[in-house]
Amino acid sequence: MADNFNKGMARNIYYGGGVFFFLLLLGLTFDTMLELPERDHRENITEAVAHGKEIWENNNCIGCHSLMGEGAYFAPELANVYDRYGAGNEEAFKQFMQSWMAMQPLPTEGRRKMPQFNLSEEEVNALTDFLIWTSRIDDNDWPPNKQG
Amino acid sequence: MKFQSQAVAKPYFIFALALFAGQIIFGLVMGLQYIVGDFLFPYLPFNVARMVHTNLLIVWLLFGFMGASYYLVPEECDTELHSPLLAKILFWVFAAAGVATILGYLLVPYAELAEITYNHLLPTMGREFLEQPTITKVGIVIVCLGFIYNIGMTILKGRKTVINMVLITGLIGLAVFFLFSFYNPSNLVLDKFFWWFVVHLWVEGVWELILGAILAFTLIKVTGVDREVIEKWLYVIIAMALISGLIGMGHHYFWIGPGEYWLWLGSIFSALEPIPFFMMVVFAFRMVRERRHDHGNKIATTWALGTAVMAFLGAGVWGFIHTLAPVNYYTHGSQITAAHGHLAFFGAYAMIVMTIISYAMPIMRGRPQGNSAASQKVERFAFWTMCLSMLGITLALTVAGAYQVALQRLPEDSAALTFMMTQEKIMPIYWARLVFGVTFFAGLVAYFVSFFVKGENVEVKQEESTPTVCCGSCS
Repeated sequence: MADNFNKGMARNIYYGGGVFFFLLLLGLTFDTMLELPERDHRENITEAVAHGKEIWENNNCIGCHSLMGEGAYFAPELANVYDRYGAGNEEAFKQFMQSWMAMQPLPTEGRRKMPQFNLSEEEVNALTDFLIWTSRIDDNDWPPNKQG
Repeated sequence: MKFQSQAVAKPYFIFALALFAGQIIFGLVMGLQYIVGDFLFPYLPFNVARMVHTNLLIVWLLFGFMGASYYLVPEECDTELHSPLLAKILFWVFAAAGVATILGYLLVPYAELAEITYNHLLPTMGREFLEQPTITKVGIVIVCLGFIYNIGMTILKGRKTVINMVLITGLIGLAVFFLFSFYNPSNLVLDKFFWWFVVHLWVEGVWELILGAILAFTLIKVTGVDREVIEKWLYVIIAMALISGLIGMGHHYFWIGPGEYWLWLGSIFSALEPIPFFMMVVFAFRMVRERRHDHGNKIATTWALGTAVMAFLGAGVWGFIHTLAPVNYYTHGSQITAAHGHLAFFGAYAMIVMTIISYAMPIMRGRPQGNSAASQKVERFAFWTMCLSMLGITLALTVAGAYQVALQRLPEDSAALTFMMTQEKIMPIYWARLVFGVTFFAGLVAYFVSFFVKGENVEVKQEESTPTVCCGSCS
């Protein structure tokens, strides 16, 4: 680096730049907090949805699946699973989820396996409510198609 | 070694490497599970193996950072560590908590682990990388506070160098941002938004300060270049890391709920994130070229250069290829992400820990000029085997990801293959990935072997030649 660029200047860029952009990040975070209620539809977070998130977490679903593209890439994306299999019918999707969860693990040899989590009917319904709520978050139209 | 208390770093380094070995073994299991889906099912389901793989990584890197700090801070401060006893106690506390947590993952179904650790009192579990029971998270905070207290007191009573100050800033940031792991609202969007305050602000923020400080310290020692020059570079590199990386967090906010301006901010700023890593490459090679002495520990210099290059490739280049929003729309959450994750973590953080281990361990074992030539030769073989294998893994995953995007993401609804059908198609590439995983493991074994290779110490040869060589501790 050029000799007339000394350590003091470098230090000032570090402190000045670091503080400035950290404050900018805080400002943008604040702005996003104001904007989010419109996009996440938090008014629809029922007790069942909240309970569904707990079930999602307590069984480490994120260890195989992705949710809005984040998580593991071993099993399908689930933020849009309602769009994929629900055809807009919540009741039918709940029926599907009940039988799908009861069927696990599928007996096909060599296929990736989902463990049997022994969830109650009520728990599967809550999990389903959570996934339906998730599918309606405004996420800038991701994923590109229903396969996720 | 300049101060006796620096030796507390040794158990930290040894334990870090043991966990590293565990991480790789679970990685191999998962590499096989990608191909033989029911391998070890139901005894070791994929989600458990992954949790162990990623959590071991995080914990061994933390052990490495702590070891590095205990080694370099007293030397930089020119004083003994505030409390070697506290460092030893915290080692055992952290090691016990870490082992107990991993055993918990392996021996008990996760839902049961959540129950017996009273997760419902303060639910923090079940989120990627933050799977640890809440009680473990509390333990991590306590260990970090004790550690920072110890390092901080040492710096307060000693010389305050730029390396010290940057390192302690990074460590405090690490502890502070980890506190966001205790925030887990029912609203998934808020949960995800602040989850990144831990994950992004660690790996693309404060960890880069730690990385920069350790790299700068090692380069001063092995090259003997004037501290003023190295410190100037350090400032500029970490300045660029923060300037690009803080708002660069936006590249995680594209598709998880936050508004559209993040598409622009995230794309623009994260496109700048390769700059600090590129500067790190220029910096490392220039310092080595302008070196004032030839340190006998040649392989430590190789690790330092390798860290800069591999971090640039993994974090810089592989980050850039999928960071622009229009590209990321198709690649988000695909094997491209996995490719980037592997090379970035290995290149930046695994390698910086191995850099400081390569420099400091021989000194702590009474070999100020590094291990014997025979030992360094084995370590060099291990270096290249691990680096090339990780590049192989990365390239394989990149091909897998591109193929996945082409089959599953690009076509219209009716033409796109399902996730599982796509995985079937990618299978041959997963085999290639597994082969590179096995060669990586071979490199790791060679690395461990290098610690036990005897041979004539480099030091002896020095006495015959001119005394232009020192261990670097006095500069």
